[in-house]
Amino acid sequence: MEIPENVKKRLSIPFEENFFAGHTACQGCGAALGLRYVLKAYGKKTILAIPACCSTIIAGPWPYSAINANLFHTAFETTGAVISGIEAALKAKGYKVKGEDGVMVVGWAGDGGTADIGLQALSGFLERGHDALYIMYDNEAYMNTGIQRSSSTPYGAWTTNTPGGKKHFVEKRHKKKVIDIVIAHKIPYAATASIAFPEDFIRKLKKAQKIPGPSFIQLFAPCPTGWRSPTDKSIELARLAVQTAYFPLFEYENGKYKINMPNPKKEPKPIEEFLKLQGRFKYMTKEDIQILQEWVLKEWEELKKKAEIFG
Amino acid sequence: MPKKVVSGNYAAAYAAKHARVEVVAAYPITPQTSIIEKIAEFIANGEAEIQYVPVESEHSAMAACIGAAATGARAFTATSAQGLALMHEMLHWASGARLPVVMVDVNRAMAPPWSVWDDQTDSLSQRDTGWMQFYAENNQEVYDGVLMAFKIAETVNLPAMIVESAFILSHTYDIVDMPPQEEIDEFLPPRKPLYTLTDFDNPIAVGALGTPADYYEFRYKIEKAMEEARKVIKEVGKEFGERFGRDYSQMIELYKTDDAEFIFMGMGSLMGTVKEAVDLLRKEGYKVGAAKVRWFRPFPKKELYELAKNVEGIAVLDRNFSFGQEGILFNEAKGVLYNTDAHPIMKNYIVGLGGRDFTVSDIKIIAKNMKEIIEKGKLDREIEWYHLKR
Repeated sequence: MEIPENVKKRLSIPFEENFFAGHTACQGCGAALGLRYVLKAYGKKTILAIPACCSTIIAGPWPYSAINANLFHTAFETTGAVISGIEAALKAKGYKVKGEDGVMVVGWAGDGGTADIGLQALSGFLERGHDALYIMYDNEAYMNTGIQRSSSTPYGAWTTNTPGGKKHFVEKRHKKKVIDIVIAHKIPYAATASIAFPEDFIRKLKKAQKIPGPSFIQLFAPCPTGWRSPTDKSIELARLAVQTAYFPLFEYENGKYKINMPNPKKEPKPIEEFLKLQGRFKYMTKEDIQILQEWVLKEWEELKKKAEIFG
Repeated sequence: MPKKVVSGNYAAAYAAKHARVEVVAAYPITPQTSIIEKIAEFIANGEAEIQYVPVESEHSAMAACIGAAATGARAFTATSAQGLALMHEMLHWASGARLPVVMVDVNRAMAPPWSVWDDQTDSLSQRDTGWMQFYAENNQEVYDGVLMAFKIAETVNLPAMIVESAFILSHTYDIVDMPPQEEIDEFLPPRKPLYTLTDFDNPIAVGALGTPADYYEFRYKIEKAMEEARKVIKEVGKEFGERFGRDYSQMIELYKTDDAEFIFMGMGSLMGTVKEAVDLLRKEGYKVGAAKVRWFRPFPKKELYELAKNVEGIAVLDRNFSFGQEGILFNEAKGVLYNTDAHPIMKNYIVGLGGRDFTVSDIKIIAKNMKEIIEKGKLDREIEWYHLKR
């Protein structure tokens, strides 16, 4: 279908497509959609580094690639280090890095590769101040190896190594706040984003491109396979995560916090609305749900306070 | 030719600078530190245009180097012992992605117990990573080795490791000839990468999933590159000799082996001591020689055969050990000769582990032992832990 130019101009999501059909993601994969937006935002003048994660497979096996940008597959724990090296080499070779006409170096790693095994390299990348973007796509477990808990897995979630059983053994720790660890590095720009809010995500990607220095985006990306959720519910789930304040959208820019919720005045929806669509929470008791609900609201209040004080 | 009195580590740093490396990513570890300190100094003084990435670990150092090399830059790092072990995973990544990263490893013993002294087990443990390995006898060879390594690595698209001894070379000062920069530039022109991540109109994917239908062939191509490296090493070594007067065309350096009854074989700095001992032993009537294995990977199979078929015995001196087996060079050398008609008596002397002194008089004792074995035509024991306090 030919889209009229005046319509194209009104939309903030670029029409350019650099993530092609034929990729090998599961149905309803949030990460695949996220990757598509990244490539829409940055186009071909991008160097992507992808460590061990679902996206290693999603891009397709040699000699195929569904990604129309330069792509370096790397080891699990090295995303932060590899994009540092790529950035350094681009500078050595005289390329403009970041900025609207510069090369965008993007690390695209899952939550396990970021919050756990890759945290050290992420920290190194952030504190050294490289001109690159690190995106953690957060599907809240090690999905590529068959749904094991990561430190980004939420309280009460079933995974294959936190299975539910007679002793009610599911994940007992709350989700690690990776974005807070990132912000502690006092980098110029960090944000959360969701595949349910693509305009917001694209805007943040564009912002990360303009601001020199390291930037970080934590993208909420549902995984129907690991979450035991219907494949057509991924967007709805990602939206509910925001609406329940389970995964609030906000930006941190040079010391200032800004909350970007779709309806900022509205009270968060109850967490059950987010939980009930997913099989991974089926072992949760009422008390468990209460514990998670309280945690979510406490974190949300904390964020609002930060935005108030450092807004 | 300009000469400088430098440590082995400074020789490495000067060589990296003279090779016009573009990216250095490194993490400090004793006794490697003065290499990266010197490079940082070059940058601070405006003597070298290098993007220096002070990474948070050796694993990240190698990761950053492979990222830089994949982007087309000439990348360099240096490490030692535990640091090299931490890098191990990424060494595979460099060779698998066919990236000509060059690294200096300062041979240091592995902990525990903690040791900062010389031992080859760290580098030899990396034997199967697809890296070429060159063992330097002295500071000059560290310097020359780094320059040659870039040329060889960039020709065959495999990474290369230059190995020097902890303290014995790394912190010991010696005269090193350094050719004028213009002459080095002629010898080592800017890198022409096999591929880069900077052709934005024709993007590529590096290191993607290789299915069983293709993975095997990727491995074979690395082996083909190692085979090609044998030829390239000799050519580059010869060219180096023609340009700068020090010939490295032989993968094994032979010393007085022509008429030798038996020889000492080993790698790295201990071979300087061995050569001196050979001179003294010859005066005492021993018909001995020395064979210094310069390149451990690719392994000089043909050269070893040519040597072994003309001697009665080989004393393999290993400053390393593969537990449950034997010295690593000994193991490799015996294996190479099995399907040949060369069957010298071979004995393995484990020496100098963790920096234990290994001197000319030790070699004299070994020579006496070897002579007895050859006369009897029978080994007393195959492996001898030479310094063991019995």
